[in-house]
Amino acid sequence: MLNIKEISKTFNVGTVNEKTALNGLSLHLEDGDFVTVIGGNGAGKSTMLNAVAGVWPVDEGRIEIDGINVTRLPEFKRARYLGRVFQDPMTGTAASMQIEENMALASRRGALRTLRPGITHKERTLFQEQLRILDLGLEDRLTSKVGLLSGGQRQALTLLMATLKKPKLLLLDEHTAALDPKTAAKVLDATDRIIAKDHLTAIMITHNMKDAIAHGNRLVMMYEGRIIYDVAGEEKKKLKVSDLLEKFEQASGGNFANDRMMLS
Amino acid sequence: MNLDITALFNALPGACAQGLIWGIMAIGVYITYKVLDLADLTVDGTMCTGGAVCIMLMLDGHSVGFSLLCAFGAGMLAGLVTGLFHTTMGIPAILAGILTQLGLYSINLRIMGGKANQAISVDKYPLLVSLRNVKDVPFYQNTIFIVALIILVLIGILYWFFGTELGCSIRATGSNPNMSRAQGINTNFSKILGLMLSNGIVAFASGLYAQYQGFADVNMGRGAIVIGLAAVIIGQVVFGKISGNFAFKLLSVALGAILYYLVLQIVLWLGLNSNDLKLLSALVVAVFLAIPYIKGKYFSKPVKSLKKGGASRA
Repeated sequence: MLNIKEISKTFNVGTVNEKTALNGLSLHLEDGDFVTVIGGNGAGKSTMLNAVAGVWPVDEGRIEIDGINVTRLPEFKRARYLGRVFQDPMTGTAASMQIEENMALASRRGALRTLRPGITHKERTLFQEQLRILDLGLEDRLTSKVGLLSGGQRQALTLLMATLKKPKLLLLDEHTAALDPKTAAKVLDATDRIIAKDHLTAIMITHNMKDAIAHGNRLVMMYEGRIIYDVAGEEKKKLKVSDLLEKFEQASGGNFANDRMMLS
Repeated sequence: MNLDITALFNALPGACAQGLIWGIMAIGVYITYKVLDLADLTVDGTMCTGGAVCIMLMLDGHSVGFSLLCAFGAGMLAGLVTGLFHTTMGIPAILAGILTQLGLYSINLRIMGGKANQAISVDKYPLLVSLRNVKDVPFYQNTIFIVALIILVLIGILYWFFGTELGCSIRATGSNPNMSRAQGINTNFSKILGLMLSNGIVAFASGLYAQYQGFADVNMGRGAIVIGLAAVIIGQVVFGKISGNFAFKLLSVALGAILYYLVLQIVLWLGLNSNDLKLLSALVVAVFLAIPYIKGKYFSKPVKSLKKGGASRA
């Protein structure tokens, strides 16, 4: 479904802040794969997702989604294949617009926007049903401005919006990191349900190693812009947090005491 | 000082008509400043371009409807240029607007045949609006009635447009460009379209204003953005609490422009030197822009703020 071939990206080339964020990274995802991605700060996890989403062009390499070469496509054109949820709950929704308007925008992802009505009666009923799945009481607040919702509610709504129109690939960039533990668990639960229901192919970045092990059928670890560990199936199910820590220590030469990974 | 109240009353219909025409202009400013979240300074140039195009075409014998339509088109072109400067060339929106505005000064002079102004007589040409037609004419010829009608039609059209898929994509672009791109919206296209629409409306207002005052002048757009912003902000402060409906918001912008001109008329009547008007306008807008900021900083309410959490205005 997704085929990343040796992509590289260096930021601030030629300055003191030069940083190689992706270093010949390759990753191949089968249809229906649900991959969790872990790694320390600056390992290139978010950069990899942004490269796939087309936030900026990569320096080298090739990205294919479902056999289509998207390497040179701008972000808004790739959007037709992708559902995205961001770390910051503010990023995924338009705060000054209503819940139903946000959903209507999302349900037209990839379609030509014309002078037809921005939202129809039929859609309103449909949106109401879909909001009910989230179990957050949003189904009765279709015309509320999204800016009035809590971070968790906005994140759940973004997740729903990302999957309203079935994406070829769902990109989750630490989408529960900014939420309190209880809300994070709820959103993660909704994530699992939606991915299972629609048989989606998904990549989920997380800082929580327990979550990385508990969710998905495959796990990859990144370090310095590359994938250093890739495990799937039965082997992944048997993984323990201590195994991951050990792997990480090997890769980074035992030098990770201050890393945020330790917190989880 | 001798204050003659009848002089003020005599001036009010004129102020009202002027306010309405500037209300159309301010609705154009609202589209960029509030909907798209861009401060577009092109309008200082377009506020002359429209009038110049309209007057020259009418002097050439074209109908008023055709002339106004061409004024609208000329404004859209100016907006397109600013939009291309901003999106394809990566120039910050404010600077892109200033560049277009400066360039338009020369273009406006060329449109008016190299002259700084061009007059048109209400006696010889079938003008749609004129400062002569604010009193003592049948209501259907009255400029106030005609412009008010135009505003209602314009609000109706914009209300419909911003409810369409295309209009929603422009609103989304202004609200959250990152989200918009993630939902497949070409935000560059949205910005260009919004700038074109906005400047088209401003140029249309300019065409009306040139007819109203009986001439187009190369300096008629100077400070237009400030008057437009004043109308937007006054409308929001005075009428904003009444309704959050989009059509009502546009209406309150037009009402804000009328209020602005009524207040202006009153301070002139009170004896303000008309040379000081621009200074007063600038100060009024500065104060109104500062109110929400100062309120938030020093008088923040204990209840949870409902303000949008997006990026701050440039």
